[in-house]
Amino acid sequence: MSDELQTTSGAGQVQSTEPIQDPGLPEHQLRPQDVDEAQAKRTERQIAWMFRIAGLLFLGFCFSYFLIDINSSFLGWSAQNFAFGMSLGGGLLLVGVGIIQWAKKLMSDHEMVEMRHPSASSDEDRTAVLADINAGISESGIGRRPMIRNSLLGSMALLGLPAVVLLRDLGPLPHDQRKTVWTKGMRLVNDVTGTPIKPSDLQVGQLVNGQPAIVYETDADGERVLEGTELLQVKSKASIIVVRMRPEDVTPDAGKENWGIDGILCYSKICTHVGCPISLWEQQTHHLLCPCHQSTFDLADNGKVIFGPAHRSLPQLPLGIDDEGYLIAMSDFPDIIAPSYPELARDQKKLDNKA
Amino acid sequence: MRKLSTKRRHPFAGLVVLLLALVAVGGVYTAVKPQPATAQEVTTNDVEAGRNLFLIGCASCHGKNAVGIETNRGNNYGPSLIGVGAAAVDFQVGTGRMPMAKAAPQAPRKTPEYTAEETRQLAAYIASIGPGPAIPDGEYTDLGKASVEDIREGGELFRANCTACHNSVGAGGALPGGKYAPTLKGVSAKHIAEAMITGPQQMPVFSDDVITPEDKRNITAYIKQIQGQPNYGGLAGGGLGPVVDGMFTWIIGIGGLVIASIWIGAHGARVKKKS
Repeated sequence: MSDELQTTSGAGQVQSTEPIQDPGLPEHQLRPQDVDEAQAKRTERQIAWMFRIAGLLFLGFCFSYFLIDINSSFLGWSAQNFAFGMSLGGGLLLVGVGIIQWAKKLMSDHEMVEMRHPSASSDEDRTAVLADINAGISESGIGRRPMIRNSLLGSMALLGLPAVVLLRDLGPLPHDQRKTVWTKGMRLVNDVTGTPIKPSDLQVGQLVNGQPAIVYETDADGERVLEGTELLQVKSKASIIVVRMRPEDVTPDAGKENWGIDGILCYSKICTHVGCPISLWEQQTHHLLCPCHQSTFDLADNGKVIFGPAHRSLPQLPLGIDDEGYLIAMSDFPDIIAPSYPELARDQKKLDNKA
Repeated sequence: MRKLSTKRRHPFAGLVVLLLALVAVGGVYTAVKPQPATAQEVTTNDVEAGRNLFLIGCASCHGKNAVGIETNRGNNYGPSLIGVGAAAVDFQVGTGRMPMAKAAPQAPRKTPEYTAEETRQLAAYIASIGPGPAIPDGEYTDLGKASVEDIREGGELFRANCTACHNSVGAGGALPGGKYAPTLKGVSAKHIAEAMITGPQQMPVFSDDVITPEDKRNITAYIKQIQGQPNYGGLAGGGLGPVVDGMFTWIIGIGGLVIASIWIGAHGARVKKKS
């Protein structure tokens, strides 16, 4: 790799065919440390001090680990983490600066030129490798013994099946989206607190992040009816948002006129794009935004998509009022909730036929 | 006997008895009447002073009788303030959002133009022209009363209702069309509660019937709690999330390193002297 150094003096003698002559390398310039021994000594001391201080900072890291209380804070940061960062970061920075100073100011300083080489292997190497591969194929006899070859290929093909089976069983198929826990008469309750909601509790412009009442129901022993994974799966499908608008702003489609109560409408909280929970509700524009991909639904206009990648309107839950005056669902979601999937149209037809 | 009994009473006795009865009824009523949400007493003088302030500073957009001014296109120049209540005035004026400095997608928070006293008078005037939500009671904005359990529940409510727009640490976030959910840092407990009750600008209303005043206090206590924690991860960068952090790291961080290494390679002291 050590090609001859091409200098300015050498370039002049070559008969050049280039339109512009190669100017060669600029003249070598010395550093202060090359001409002044005292300066070199001083630089050496400076660099040594950088390494020493870095060493002290590494020790300081260990001290701060033991001496600084983990709960104390400094300028709004954790004091211990701050000390860790300053000592370790500062030490590493000093080591790095020191090495660069060493290389740039004291190590030997002469220009070097490396010519480019073709990157391919030599022809002999390539022929030898190909010969080896062909010899291996003929010695294995894969062409002469088709039974072994075919059975091996068959077993390899079947190796894909365990992966398919395991992946298939990772979660429920999208067809289970057709139904949620909403049933006729189930109350709408506020998320977290579980309070049932009356129409009079809601003001124009109000948003309630809600759940079906069964999420907070308890059995005879006071235990929650739904728990763990099952609870999470129920919530991931049945979560709702309840909004109230001025009734004159709402423009329901045919057949949906009685799904709301005095401008109170209830929609699925799960985006029809990829299923993010949506509740960025702009009360003055009636727009609901999904924070993930900016799909925007107009809740005054049947949850229609007005912007973004979502493909279907946000499913709406028909509302009613029970004997005690609380908001209830009149049925499950008539439209399939959550993201679309290939067989959605077929499943929707099945759902419509049942209803 | 009759003469004696009539003489026993002073001619004004009936009046005095009537007055005493009125005072007693009034006093008992004051003691047992449902407490108004505002702890401050409002006098007719306040209402009058508030009306005068309103006519000077607010009427140009909201109309002389606070009924709003409609534009020819059916939008409004300034909305009607009938029924917005004292809470809305205290929030909008107390956080400097009103009076608006210029027409914009959203009124930004800024240094309040009116003193606390003037804000109170404006609130009294607006409250007097139509019933609306009152300024929350001090009991529900005193965060010291929130226990650890309360703060935890406040956190659950915050994550269910607020984080979609205001970010998981209340750092705020963007909305379309130049609108945004502002940061909750440095906002007083009273103003946070008022925003939830009144739903300013694009923010939805969270009425006291669904999110109770205690819940609101717990939510605010949680916000203050997470914002008061020491930052274990160094610079939080506003807590705006991985996209912002990543942009910062890639553009400023790695870009800066590249520039620094180019600078290191290009620099070094040289002397004129030849060997």
